Amino acid sequence: MTDPHAHARSLPPEGARVGSGRPRAAASLLQVRNLNVRFATPEGEVAAVNDLSFDLAEGESLGIVGESGSGKSQTAFALMGLLAKNGRARGEVIYGGANLLALSEAELNRRRGSEIAMIYQDPMTALNPYLSVGDQLTEVLRFHKGMDRKAAFAESARMLDAVKIAEAKKRLGMYPHEFSGGMRQRVVIAMALLCRPKLLIADEPTTALDVTVQAQILRLLQELRRDFGTAVIMITHDLGVVAGVCDQVLVMYAGRVMEQGPAEALFARPSHPYTMGLLHAVPRMDHNHGSDQLATIPGNPPNLLALPPGCPFAPRCVERDAACLTPAPLTDFDEQRRRACHRPIEHLLRAETEGAA
Amino acid sequence: MNTPTTAARLMRPLPPLPGLDEALAQSIQGRSLWADARRRFLKNRAALASLVILGLIVLLCAFAALPSPHAFDDPDFENMHIAPELATAHWFGTDSLGRDLYVRTLLGGRISLMVGALGALVAVLIGTLYGATAGFLGGKTDSVMMRFLEILASFPVMFLVILLMTFFGRELWLIFLAIGAVSWLDMARIVRGQTLSLKRKEFVEAARVCGVSRWGIITRHIVPNVLGIVAVYATLLVPSMILFESFLSYLGLGVQEPMTSWGALLEQGAKAIEAAPWELAFPAGFLVTTLFCFNFIGDGLRDALDPKER
Amino acid sequence: MLKFIFRRLVLEALPTLLVLVTVTFFLIRLAPGGPFSTEAAMPPEVMAAVAAKYRLDQPVWQQYLGYLADLARGDFGPSFKYKDFTVNDLVWAAAPASFRLGLFAFVIAVIVGVAAGVTAALRQNTWIDYSVMGVAMIGVVLPNFVLAPALALVFAIWLKWLPAGGWEGGKLMYVVLPVAVLCQHYISVIARITRGSMIEVLGSPYIRTARAKGLPTGYILRRHALKPALLPVISYLGPAFVGIITGSVVVESFFGIPGIGQLFVNGALNRDYPMVLGLTILIGALTIFFNAVVDILYGVIDPRIRL
Repeated sequence: MTDPHAHARSLPPEGARVGSGRPRAAASLLQVRNLNVRFATPEGEVAAVNDLSFDLAEGESLGIVGESGSGKSQTAFALMGLLAKNGRARGEVIYGGANLLALSEAELNRRRGSEIAMIYQDPMTALNPYLSVGDQLTEVLRFHKGMDRKAAFAESARMLDAVKIAEAKKRLGMYPHEFSGGMRQRVVIAMALLCRPKLLIADEPTTALDVTVQAQILRLLQELRRDFGTAVIMITHDLGVVAGVCDQVLVMYAGRVMEQGPAEALFARPSHPYTMGLLHAVPRMDHNHGSDQLATIPGNPPNLLALPPGCPFAPRCVERDAACLTPAPLTDFDEQRRRACHRPIEHLLRAETEGAA
Repeated sequence: MNTPTTAARLMRPLPPLPGLDEALAQSIQGRSLWADARRRFLKNRAALASLVILGLIVLLCAFAALPSPHAFDDPDFENMHIAPELATAHWFGTDSLGRDLYVRTLLGGRISLMVGALGALVAVLIGTLYGATAGFLGGKTDSVMMRFLEILASFPVMFLVILLMTFFGRELWLIFLAIGAVSWLDMARIVRGQTLSLKRKEFVEAARVCGVSRWGIITRHIVPNVLGIVAVYATLLVPSMILFESFLSYLGLGVQEPMTSWGALLEQGAKAIEAAPWELAFPAGFLVTTLFCFNFIGDGLRDALDPKER
Repeated sequence: MLKFIFRRLVLEALPTLLVLVTVTFFLIRLAPGGPFSTEAAMPPEVMAAVAAKYRLDQPVWQQYLGYLADLARGDFGPSFKYKDFTVNDLVWAAAPASFRLGLFAFVIAVIVGVAAGVTAALRQNTWIDYSVMGVAMIGVVLPNFVLAPALALVFAIWLKWLPAGGWEGGKLMYVVLPVAVLCQHYISVIARITRGSMIEVLGSPYIRTARAKGLPTGYILRRHALKPALLPVISYLGPAFVGIITGSVVVESFFGIPGIGQLFVNGALNRDYPMVLGLTILIGALTIFFNAVVDILYGVIDPRIRL
């Protein structure tokens, strides 16, 4: 088979789990150094993201986890150069030898949509309601690959097929409002993958969808990731999503990194009270201890305009003490792990086991 | 690890941390919707200045004619069509009949402002009731009421008003009524939209479950909650009512001699524009300033009450 | 599509027109003393003609049906003021001037308004934006009966560039000032609407999607943003149409243009009842038809409206 698109039709059996446990690939795809995002608002400057740094290797997947307002979505928009007009990103985002934050719009446009693509939280609003799905898919191929109309339509139909939309050719002439939510998200995913990007940023891709559809979309993303070898940044508030999908995890709160490291180690031995809280808030079907009780984190995410002094999580933290009135620096520990907490890990873990006793 | 005991431990009360709690208490300090709106409105310089200027204009129209020695309908045959001068106390000059323009402009302002305020009041009352009723009852009633509104809205209402005034005579009270009666349509539409969205809110559901009557829900829950938007549009209605009246009076179909309004003065001023531009300038200045003030205040109110709609 | 047009024109516009005619017919019969027992001493032969024309000797419902039949034939009856003319004659004579004036004002308002609004939106919060919006704010507030004498004073009396009034069959020189006065308010309103909706559309998630796809900015504007940004402008075309017709009344009487507006004002001032009644219904019919056309246009542009 010389057809380069043939693999779209020979997908492996569903549910095959890939991604986790592979050795860290050597080739670095994306390096983020000290990313800061600020918004100028009438009420003052909002620091949405502070000193975020991470590396992503080719084909690897990173989960960015946090509640709403933690800065995870703004991180994604900053990487794509899509911040709102009043937003500014500083720091370095090195991709392919260039700092994306310093590129002109035209240079950025060569990479956006072809090498780096994005899928969104709300598929209901992410597609233009006034243009047919076919027009919105083919324009990507026409601009990035220089395809003519016919070839672009054929390729778009193939991609819709790959994301399991039946009767793809017919669907190309339809408008977004004629699709269901899950179907629209498939269209958005197909649109993101049209040019076989090296990096896919998924901003809460399943939040707006029904639970059954969520599972389908996640499985689809996993398969496509394997087939296309795409690196993924998965942004979510749901640690459960991250657990099955990601190699690396980065936990954010109030625009700051609380903890980051390899997924397995982080889940096995969380090192920050916030991560522990998030873990306990995940419903788990596989553990049955005779109780349905879920722990919630008391309180609400902070107002970014009026952050508390010191650790931003302190107002909701059960482990807090006087030291927490000063900010906790992000410090390395273990292998490839970092945390921002004054309390020693041993203390946190001991408290955890004492609690269980 | 997701044992009931660890869960319970995570949900235990937070250890106290004095410095932090104080700092937080300051930042949280709740502000009500109205206090927030007032703060935003007071920050809006254009709206505040407009409020002051409008207050001055209202005061001028109400009282400033008193010190003038002239009456509004008194012809001064020795000083016809004169430019503003202090000696004769014709501070704004006189018109072609020698009537004092200072007094007439302020009197015209009284009429114009009154028509504006009363017309807007009529429109707000009809519109709010109509809109709230349609939105609240919903279903068939709603669609019939909205269809009727659409029919009315698709007419050039100005022509209807002129038609009415042609057949019924040009009475001042009729102007109030006619203008108000055709200007409530937008108001009704806005209130209906608000009501529809409010209807699905929890507190209205709660009232319904508790057995509050429909009328009670409309007057006690829905009307207070649409007040903000009603205030905004009422403020914006006043200038359009003033404009409406001026338009009619300009065409000679509104306020009749010897009474006057800004529109009627403008009509005379426009005729005498070559010989006596001040006859146009003074009433036009008052009218335009007033219109600007109402628009700025309305915009300011809207921004203050609904900050995201900018 | 054809079904939608049929429904909008025949099943909605026609009944609306019928309601208008019915309401006006019965409303004016509420007038004290009845509309045709006017105080003006009319020659008896005119009175007789009027009585015959409006079937005053017949019961009201027959008057109504007869009136409807006349309207269906496009017959608005005789004028009170101009004895030798019917309302139809006068309207036909006045229509071209009003049509020319209105068309110019309407087209200019839409083109200039949209262009100014888009420019301001793209340069949001720059001096270009502020000056466009500042001028538009003045334009929204300034009434045409203030602007008309002011412009006449400056351009006709002081500068003597343009005539202060008259029509002369619609020569360009005579059209400039009236059109400028008539369209300025609508340029301003359309500019404000366009700016607002353009800014909203540019901030919408689907424009972000288009940017994330790496499409050039100009292409995104034309292909993704323009259509949705223009929808509110299209909704405003109906009110703008009504406003320009209404405004033409002022403009025509100020500049002495022999159009429909002047006919209407003179009719109202002279209590020429058939003239006022006929013009109200005619203009109502025009407006209803225009609104239907705008709705159909909207349906063509917005795929979410089922045709």
